[in-house]
Amino acid sequence: MAQSSFLNFITKEFKHIFRDTRTLLIVLVMPVIQLLIFGFVISSEIKNANYAVLDYSNDYLTKRLVQRISSSGYFNFKGYLNSYDEIEKVFKNGDAKLVLIIGNNFSQKLQNDRFANYQVVTDASDPNTASILASYVQGIVNSFTTEYFGLTRQKERVSVQSRMLYNEEMNSAFMFVPGTMVLILMLVTAMMTSISITREKELGTMEILLVSPLKPWQIVVGKVIPYIGIAFTNVLVIILMGYTVFHLPLRGNLLLLMGVSSLFIVLALSLGILISTLSNTQAVAMFMSMFALMLPTILLSGFIFPIENMPKILQWLSLIMPPRWFLSALKTIMIKGQGLQYVTSEVLVMLTMTTVFIALSIKKFKVRLE
Amino acid sequence: MRRIFILLQKEFIQIFRNKTILPIIFVLPIVQLLILANAATQEMKNIRFTIVDFDNSSESRRLVNAFDQSKFYTLIPVEGNVDRAVELIDLGKTDAVLVIPKRFGESLVEGTPVNVQLMLNAINITAAALTQSYTNGIIQNFASSISIQNTNHIKSKQSIRHWYNPELNYKLYMVPGILVILVTIVGMFLTAINIVREKEIGTIEQVNVTPIKPYQFVIGKLLPFWIIALFELSFGLLIARLAFNLTIAGSIPLLFAFAAIYLLVALGLGLILSTSASNQQQVMFMAFFFMIVFLMLSGLFTPTESMPKWANWFNTINPLYYFMKVNRMLILKGSDFTNLSGSFLSISLMAVVVLGVAILRYRKKSA
Repeated sequence: MAQSSFLNFITKEFKHIFRDTRTLLIVLVMPVIQLLIFGFVISSEIKNANYAVLDYSNDYLTKRLVQRISSSGYFNFKGYLNSYDEIEKVFKNGDAKLVLIIGNNFSQKLQNDRFANYQVVTDASDPNTASILASYVQGIVNSFTTEYFGLTRQKERVSVQSRMLYNEEMNSAFMFVPGTMVLILMLVTAMMTSISITREKELGTMEILLVSPLKPWQIVVGKVIPYIGIAFTNVLVIILMGYTVFHLPLRGNLLLLMGVSSLFIVLALSLGILISTLSNTQAVAMFMSMFALMLPTILLSGFIFPIENMPKILQWLSLIMPPRWFLSALKTIMIKGQGLQYVTSEVLVMLTMTTVFIALSIKKFKVRLE
Repeated sequence: MRRIFILLQKEFIQIFRNKTILPIIFVLPIVQLLILANAATQEMKNIRFTIVDFDNSSESRRLVNAFDQSKFYTLIPVEGNVDRAVELIDLGKTDAVLVIPKRFGESLVEGTPVNVQLMLNAINITAAALTQSYTNGIIQNFASSISIQNTNHIKSKQSIRHWYNPELNYKLYMVPGILVILVTIVGMFLTAINIVREKEIGTIEQVNVTPIKPYQFVIGKLLPFWIIALFELSFGLLIARLAFNLTIAGSIPLLFAFAAIYLLVALGLGLILSTSASNQQQVMFMAFFFMIVFLMLSGLFTPTESMPKWANWFNTINPLYYFMKVNRMLILKGSDFTNLSGSFLSISLMAVVVLGVAILRYRKKSA
């Protein structure tokens, strides 16, 4: 009897979710679009940066130099300036990110003294781009002048031969595919469940469920099960897309990968349940999920920004962020291709977190009306 | 006019009655600014570095010392050979391994070129690329400190001026961007959810049978969040000032003028989303979806110029792109109205279109 009403309840939940085709579509399409944007739009390489030139020499050599910079692909020539004062206007308009200033007699000095100065002024309101662009200019000027005077480029006395382990081609998919997976799983499991349970509370239907023959745990499990299905579909889609479109290797054991993903799904769900026990309206559940889930998922998990570079407090804070551990396990399994013994600490931490969240939820779950 | 005023009163009472919304409004900016700005750093501060020194000469020891002295590196010692060191990378205990070959010191003094090998964990390519360039810098610096006679060498020296942010403090760049997210979340999400909530609970039908006109209802719904979002912006700027010593180089009224117009777009989008959703979960997902796409393309982390053409084309209708750009230009560079007139024009056009569509759609629904 209880068994069949439980099944009925789950069927009802599935119907609820699949009836709302729009949300379902968003949930299924979102990871695909995110991956595409990360893969094809966001790149750490800087291209087509606008730059202007203030050339006091204005001779054959400097003109060739400007041509060389403009055709490098990194820069987009915006024109010559007439005076130093114009730099401010160009920067404030956002027309250029860098201004190259070549002083008088640049080529003569190079020719006679074998040494010449030039200046670079950057719009360092974007500091990263500014320093990268300055180093691009330096590289181009150096190789141009050596070539121009017919010298062979001096060999570096110590040359560093780098080997990029795990990722020889510097494929950024190694970062964003696992990252997107964590983000989507958090969104689908934790955020959606917390909101859908809170919804019953807000609309008052929770009371009806509570007086039904269903036990409280059955209500919660019933609400959660459909999302497990959706989350698993997302995992498969993301892995498949990472593998086919972005050439992400699957070096590790697929079964282990699925196992760890399932563990994380359960962890995120228990977090979602906990949030739902703490909030009374969907708006609150949503904002709590944003804080407790989205922000740390994106920032403190090492998805975009390396954890090691953060201030110590944030590094400690990242230790209690569930996504951090999943992300680390994911990379170890997928990319390094290592086995269970390399991810034991991650698995243990995630298990502990799940237990704690579930225990807290049981304690907080109100079966009675206030 | 009185009706709108009463509606506003009702909205504010409802918003502030909710004990959890209030802390969110205040805690959100603090947490976001403090955590985001500190976490979003592109500098390598703590590279765990392992050196395998096969040479063990005075030169190689000096090189090891150079890394030890650098505040960016933490040396992780290794017993034995290269395999053990690579294993450390496997275990995630070190980020990079440098192998100094035999006869390194001798060759350096003789002036014959010598290779060193650097192995990096390149799963995070940004970190790997930065580590590589830092390491190369230290090694080249070290090499040039050991003198040999140098002939036939041409040199051009670059002197750099970094304007607006001479210390290249990345946080100053991130803070205006975070303020954009903050204001958008409060504006778009709160509005959308608020209206859908009325739908879900059924109170919207009660409103619809009152003599309140659609435009009055829309104003009554939008104005409170418009005010709250503008308050968020000032609160965020205050925190940025206190925590990061961020001063606004440009005109503050101009900044708020742009934010006010931008918010009309954000709130209008929230309203449009709410008219096409029937429950809060749905509207939240739609809002989240749009927000993520808009945000990723807006140039929050990477400059938009580096993006493909279609992304730049898309950005002409991306409100977040404009606000991100204007906010940074105004706060960091002190751009004035003549510099920003194009963005002002675009965002105003967008506001007219979005609000127009929003009111039309709402009217249809209520008819």
